[in-house]
Amino acid sequence: MIKPFIVALGLGTVAFAGPVQADTILPEYEAQARAADPSFSGFSAERGQAFYLKDHATGKAETPSCTTCHMGNPTQAGRTRAGKTIAPMALSQTPDRFQDVKKVEKWFRRNCKSVLGRECSPQEKGDFITFMKTQ
Amino acid sequence: MGSYKKIFFALTLTSLIGTAAHADERYRPVQDEVVKKECGSCHMAFQPQMLPKRSWQKIMDGLENHFGEDASLDEATLQHVRAYLTDNAADSGWFGGKMMRGVRDNETPMRITELPYWVREHKKEVPVWAWSDPKVKSKTNCQACHRDAERGYYDDD
Ligand code: HEC
Ligand code: HEC
Ligand code: HEC
Repeated sequence: MIKPFIVALGLGTVAFAGPVQADTILPEYEAQARAADPSFSGFSAERGQAFYLKDHATGKAETPSCTTCHMGNPTQAGRTRAGKTIAPMALSQTPDRFQDVKKVEKWFRRNCKSVLGRECSPQEKGDFITFMKTQ
Repeated sequence: MGSYKKIFFALTLTSLIGTAAHADERYRPVQDEVVKKECGSCHMAFQPQMLPKRSWQKIMDGLENHFGEDASLDEATLQHVRAYLTDNAADSGWFGGKMMRGVRDNETPMRITELPYWVREHKKEVPVWAWSDPKVKSKTNCQACHRDAERGYYDDD
């Protein structure tokens, strides 16, 4: 059960090469989400918002939620635990978000491990970006 | 010939001491763009002169669990950053600098803010209330108090 999922993820990563727009990243995640779950029926901004605001607390004690560092209102600037400012996640405020696939994948990997204690699924990633595009 | 040699030696020593005294006032800013980017997104990229090699090695070995966060890097980037930090570490030359004062050889400090020299400088000069100022948030936030920290200046205020 786990193996095909890992293979699908691996393939997806290989397929990514160089900077891609948010509009190109989403179809990529969509293909991965469909491969992982054939009944997948598209990304949802509402699901993305709920995921973003949720107190997951299944990862590291210091980082229970995405909003430990990013703001509940994503049009506002966030702050790291060491006090450094993070530009807003909302695409309307920071238009160059979700452009560089290597950057996006690096931060999803790290932040999902920190907050959830595991990697995020393609659907969770797609929902998150879909939500940020509406903000 | 003998006296010529002596003068040459004396000259070299003076210029060495001159450089050392100068280096004391300023930490060489991070020159490497990869290090600046990868170690500068959650806090400023600290000058490698602030910790010994063994500390940087241990930090780079544990990025998956970095002070309560995942700061992991891909293997190629990891090697690059590791090399820069250890090549420019506090003990990479013969001259350790102030930050190494009171650090024993069998200790591997993981924080600049726990080094005896750092603790002493800040106990002397920083009122306790300053640490709970929301603008500061963390001791690790050097730039909240040292505006030119990235450029290596810490005695400006
Ligand atoms: C411990 C602090 C912290 C937490 C918790 C956190 N992030 Fe982040 N995140 C950052 C920092 C720092 C950056 C990089 C700085 C930047 O891009 O402005 C970042 C960047 C990102 C990016 C890259 C955006 C881009 O520009 O391409 C994504 C995606 C992201 N975070 C998603 C998440 C998600 C999803 C969660 C919750 C599961 C989360 N983050 C939780 C600190 C955090
Ligand atoms: C994902 C975020 C993140 C990234 C990326 C990151 N760090 Fe950190 N780092 C932290 C946090 C959080 C702390 C602890 C902050 C605190 O205690 O307030 C910290 C603390 C440190 C400290 C100790 C500072 C002190 O208090 O003296 C050092 C040294 C350090 N980091 C080095 C590095 C190096 C080297 C890199 C690049 C390989 C790096 N960090 C990248 C999040 C990060
Ligand atoms: C709450 C404010 C504050 C924070 C945060 C802070 N410092 Fe300082 N620091 C000071 C003050 C005040 C002094 C003493 C005045 C001076 O000499 O600049 C000082 C002195 C120093 C000195 C001695 C400078 C000299 O030669 O006189 C160094 C080096 C230094 N700090 C490094 C750091 C580093 C590195 C960090 C982050 C890891 C940091 N500081 C964080 C306030 C702060």
